[in-house]
Amino acid sequence: MKGDPLLQVTDLVKHFPIRSGIVIDREVARVRAVDGVSLTLNEGETLGLVGESGCGKSTLCRAILQLTPPTSGSVTFLGEELVGRSRRELRPVRRQMQMIFQDPFASLNPRKRVGQIVGDPLDLHGIARGADLKRRVQDLLDRVGLRPEHYNRYPHEFSGGQRQRIGIARALALQPKLIVADEPVSALDVSVQAQIINLLKDLQDEFGLSYLFVAHDLGVVRHVSDRVAVMYLGKIVEKSGTEGLYRKPHHPYSNALLSAVPIPDPKLNAARERLVLEGDPPSPIDPPPGCSFHTRCPWCTEVCSTEEPLLVEHESDHVAACHHPRNLTEPASSAV
Amino acid sequence: MSGEKILTVDDLRVGFATEDGVVQAVDGVSVDLAEGEILAIVGESGSGKSVTAQTITGLTRATNARITGSITYRGRQLAGLDDDELRDVRGEQIAMVFQDPMSSLNPVYRVGDQITEMIHAHRDVSKQQARERAVELLDSVGIPNAERRVRSYPHEFSGGMRQRVMIAMALALEPAMLIADEPTTALDVTVQAQILRLLDQLNRDRDLAVILITHDLGVVAEVADRVMVMYAGQIVEDGTLDEIFYDPRHPYTWGLLGSLTRLDQPHTGRLPQISGSPPSLLDPPPGCRFAPRCPHVFDKCSEMPPLESDSGDTHLDRCWLSLEQKEAAR
Repeated sequence: MKGDPLLQVTDLVKHFPIRSGIVIDREVARVRAVDGVSLTLNEGETLGLVGESGCGKSTLCRAILQLTPPTSGSVTFLGEELVGRSRRELRPVRRQMQMIFQDPFASLNPRKRVGQIVGDPLDLHGIARGADLKRRVQDLLDRVGLRPEHYNRYPHEFSGGQRQRIGIARALALQPKLIVADEPVSALDVSVQAQIINLLKDLQDEFGLSYLFVAHDLGVVRHVSDRVAVMYLGKIVEKSGTEGLYRKPHHPYSNALLSAVPIPDPKLNAARERLVLEGDPPSPIDPPPGCSFHTRCPWCTEVCSTEEPLLVEHESDHVAACHHPRNLTEPASSAV
Repeated sequence: MSGEKILTVDDLRVGFATEDGVVQAVDGVSVDLAEGEILAIVGESGSGKSVTAQTITGLTRATNARITGSITYRGRQLAGLDDDELRDVRGEQIAMVFQDPMSSLNPVYRVGDQITEMIHAHRDVSKQQARERAVELLDSVGIPNAERRVRSYPHEFSGGMRQRVMIAMALALEPAMLIADEPTTALDVTVQAQILRLLDQLNRDRDLAVILITHDLGVVAEVADRVMVMYAGQIVEDGTLDEIFYDPRHPYTWGLLGSLTRLDQPHTGRLPQISGSPPSLLDPPPGCRFAPRCPHVFDKCSEMPPLESDSGDTHLDRCWLSLEQKEAAR
């Protein structure tokens, strides 16, 4: 562990109600996008969050940043509770936590110049104005590998990788402690991906940033993260130090995810045993009873469809929510 | 695996006239595809791989496009044919699957109707027969309850299932060849694994030849027999799967392989990266197009290297370095 807890998420829930009826408006069902998630992120650390599309990763990010109000649960940042605060009360905290988005084309306003995009946070928070603002923005552009002359350009003049650099400069402008990066490299080409990942790492070392790094690419997550959490259908099913998860994935879903990643080595690829999951994830409106993964799990038994497994620490700093965990070194006595 | 050649593309050039000049998206690409072969075309966005594929099936029809070169399918020249003449090749012989399964299906028609429409357009069959064929096709690509699912609309399917529907549709007329343009890029890894397995199975069961266009070398390693690496509108390396992965000869291929985050290798501190970005195709560098980003550049690189083999076999590359220099530098 690198430092003290910066962000503590406890039992966070975000349900979206589905309403029906014209005269009598009532809730007929709810989408359980995030269903009781607990996470800890320490200072200077990177927590990777992986899962398939629709598992609630992005909703979780938004709920943590209070961009969408959580249904219940608690988020504490530097010891302060964020849930239930008004926008005004959140403002000083927002300086400390910023976000980088997936789509470098949609997340930059096409009608604003780069200088404005990166400088607006400084202006809004009353940190810098005029010539000072321009100098700071140009420093930031320089820091993320763009040129100071880019100040007066528009986003459409840049490639995908350069736009993502602009997004990073904007997130850095307020010198935050936490950056939530929601699939920051998945829209980029491999060679550019490597550039952006290296940049994020350099910035982390320089400014002591903490990242919550969301991605569906397990290779990228392994590369950047100190710890990894695997999410399925709104819940965390496994959490561990990075190497622990990649070497000995306990949860069958983590096993399946890892085995689905194609390895760029034809011989190794042909030689390894693959676990290909059938079907698609169930609907979060009506999740299966018991373990939510039991409908696709090859090791499912009767208990899995009736009893929901809890996150149990099978090895030190490695928890998994499964009745039949895989790859254990010693028999887990505490597994219920 | 390697049967008779069914498709030969020779010196294909596609340029788009714009206000600023001609964007040469594809610049002298030659492709051979044999019966039952899976050829992967790898490259980054803007390298011209999709334009190549679309031009083969006559789908590059922008009014500002300038196309030269020849495309021969089983002895028949496809370049320059109009839509009517292409009809008995497209779908019948060469089918195509696109990246985005969300937008390539019509959202207001049932998927069954979209498949039967295609069958009716090409075959003289009864409604009943076409319907049965649609069910059979959906079943063959692994859609459960095909009987019932033909009546579903595209929005009722997940991304992976939609891609299966697209593949079913592509197979409706039993083509000999399929062009799959980034078929798994929009999908999750678990679903990607399913779709790749399906492609592999179709290739083996039906002897379907596939041109797989992708930017993911992992996907390539999984299914391809032969690989072409494209950069800035040109092919820079062409070899068998093993040659590309175990004996890559072009510095761009080294860069691509090096910058991957790999699960099979121990975690390293910094990812090797290819610095800079691909050149503008409006005004590409006069010599080797990769020279401005290449760490091994020397004076000869100001001249365009030919795509040829250093070892006299079928492993081609477009680089001036000698075989010994390559082995030392790699």
